[in-house]
Amino acid sequence: MAAGPPPAGGTHARNSPGPSALRLVWVYPDLLSTYGDRGNLLVLERRARLRGIDVESVLVNADQPVPRQGDVYLMGGGEDLPQILAARRLRADGGLAAAAEGGAVVFAVCAGYQLLGTEFGGEEGQPVPGLEILNIRSGRGQRRGVGEILADVSPALGVPRLTGFENHQGVTELGPGVAALAKVVTGVGNGDGTEGARAGRMIGTYLHGPVLVRNPGLADLLLTWAAGPLPALRADDEEWTQRLREQRLAAVPAGSA
Amino acid sequence: MTGHRPAGGRHAAAPGRAGRRIASSPMSKLPLRARLATTIGGAAGRMSRLAGRGDGSVIGGVIGLRVEPDLLALLAAGRRVVLVTGTNGKTTTTRLITAALGVLGQEIASNAFGANMEAGLTAALGQAPDAPLAVLETDEKYLPTVLAATRARVVALLNLSRDQMDRAAEIWMVARRWREALASATNCTVVANADDPLIAWAAAAAPDVIWVAAGQRWHEDSWCCPQCGSHLSRDELGWRCGECEFTRPPAKWVLDGSSVIDSAGRVHEVSLSLPGQANRSNAVIALAVSEVFGVEPAQALAKLRDVASVAGRYTQVERHGRQVRLLLAKNPAGWLEAFDVLDEPPVPVLLSVNAREPDGRDTSWLWDVDYRVLRGRPVFVTGERRLDLAVRLEADQVPFELVEGVDDAVDQVSGGRLDVIANYTAFQQIRVFLGRAA
Repeated sequence: MAAGPPPAGGTHARNSPGPSALRLVWVYPDLLSTYGDRGNLLVLERRARLRGIDVESVLVNADQPVPRQGDVYLMGGGEDLPQILAARRLRADGGLAAAAEGGAVVFAVCAGYQLLGTEFGGEEGQPVPGLEILNIRSGRGQRRGVGEILADVSPALGVPRLTGFENHQGVTELGPGVAALAKVVTGVGNGDGTEGARAGRMIGTYLHGPVLVRNPGLADLLLTWAAGPLPALRADDEEWTQRLREQRLAAVPAGSA
Repeated sequence: MTGHRPAGGRHAAAPGRAGRRIASSPMSKLPLRARLATTIGGAAGRMSRLAGRGDGSVIGGVIGLRVEPDLLALLAAGRRVVLVTGTNGKTTTTRLITAALGVLGQEIASNAFGANMEAGLTAALGQAPDAPLAVLETDEKYLPTVLAATRARVVALLNLSRDQMDRAAEIWMVARRWREALASATNCTVVANADDPLIAWAAAAAPDVIWVAAGQRWHEDSWCCPQCGSHLSRDELGWRCGECEFTRPPAKWVLDGSSVIDSAGRVHEVSLSLPGQANRSNAVIALAVSEVFGVEPAQALAKLRDVASVAGRYTQVERHGRQVRLLLAKNPAGWLEAFDVLDEPPVPVLLSVNAREPDGRDTSWLWDVDYRVLRGRPVFVTGERRLDLAVRLEADQVPFELVEGVDDAVDQVSGGRLDVIANYTAFQQIRVFLGRAA
């Protein structure tokens, strides 16, 4: 099988999940998975299981209802048309908004990030209504931001510098009640020197695709919100991740925005 | 390479000269400036080759175009041109079509080494000024321009999927530009893969289409109807939109496993020297294109079997007593195709990934590839982005070993064989390292 298509209501769990299993819900991998977004799911699964937490992953396609009882919801990036279709479906479905209202963790990337807000730019730049569960508004910027991005996370979150790749033409304004996730060191982000957004247990970011791969601190923050305090991983289990992270941090000159 | 080199027409088949349709050389009909541009471009290409900078095909075209911006159109005039485009299989299909059209015994101009933008195409035509036929691999983004310039007789559309997205346009935009360009292409036959929804949408606007059910292994970029944006559903009969009327067009040619049903309903076995189902897809497209030029499928198939490697791909090289086979995979769909042709475990595999400009600077796509199929065989990892690969394989619980390069892996292989899968610049580095034996 390819990296999809996921079977209907498919589950990934290797351990048989008990009632206390952590439920990860990947929303619309058929529409919003353009840049290796599966990586975020795989990283959360791995980092939870290494700590003995049972995981149940549910992949929800756009023609299926979004379950309301998930613990962590993931949404990835996509091209304009799939993004518009996803917005239409998610608004009609209501599951994601209900889960977010109920305090579930939501982590959304790129197109998924824009979708959480009140509106975003369509394929001709026209405003398209979003899910209105995060008070942000996105539109189309003047130029495409493509390249490695570094950003310093707001200190309250205790997550080290973010390293990632961005590829988008979106600009995002944060409204009242929403804080920036980070401050851009190198790159474009929201377009005003800030990067991403957070409110409650919801985080959105322009660091696209498998952003949690290079940023295990951010992955652990999401897991902590969902499952409580976590023990550190064994050094062996962190080795490759840390080597990759150091290489990417060193590869990008800070301040070359 | 295996020594077949139709490119540049340096060894035009002798019988073809008599059968040529165009009486006088197209070259002699060119305006003076175009002739000059071709000559200057050719000289630059020769100097570039002498200086050891590649095969010199692009620089000649670049300089020629600078002297005469309409050079491509002028060089294409009076020839029957085939353009081949799509995300994967362009170089191979170009080669297969060239081989099949060999039945006609006419000289064929072709950019056989993958220089697929305007300069590369110009150079290929300039190097074969008398060839009445041209088979030209064309970069996806340049298809509309090249189509207008060459007034192609046939355009072959293979597939569209995510590829180097940090520098390429989103593929729906690519399909839309194709659709606009093909809608007004008169005297042009489009040979299109009906199993790929984006290809079908792009081709459906063209006046004359031959649909080929060539298969589609990678579905991840076509869950959305290109026409209305709704969800596409799939079953064994193909794909259809749940909301609008857009559905897989009925195909005139059908690839079914390893056999093909041709346009007359006859069944042929597609046995090739090239491995894998993706190459059978390429071959069926080549058969349909050749038939437009009057080549019978049975004759064409015999020619296709002669193609054993394409610009180093699938080549087997001996290294320290081991057989090393080189597979190119540039994007997730390409990796699926490469996995399909791997030798059975426990034959080891070396993976090499770079992220230079031609590869795309972003390695996110590694997470779109399911590496679990590699469990059960030794896996070596190299390339400039080997750490990205390491983390990826760790997540899929595929044991691996980091190595410095090909020889490191070769020396650790106890058996006789090693398969290598590499992305674009990593592949070129390995070919150079192995002395271009490939």
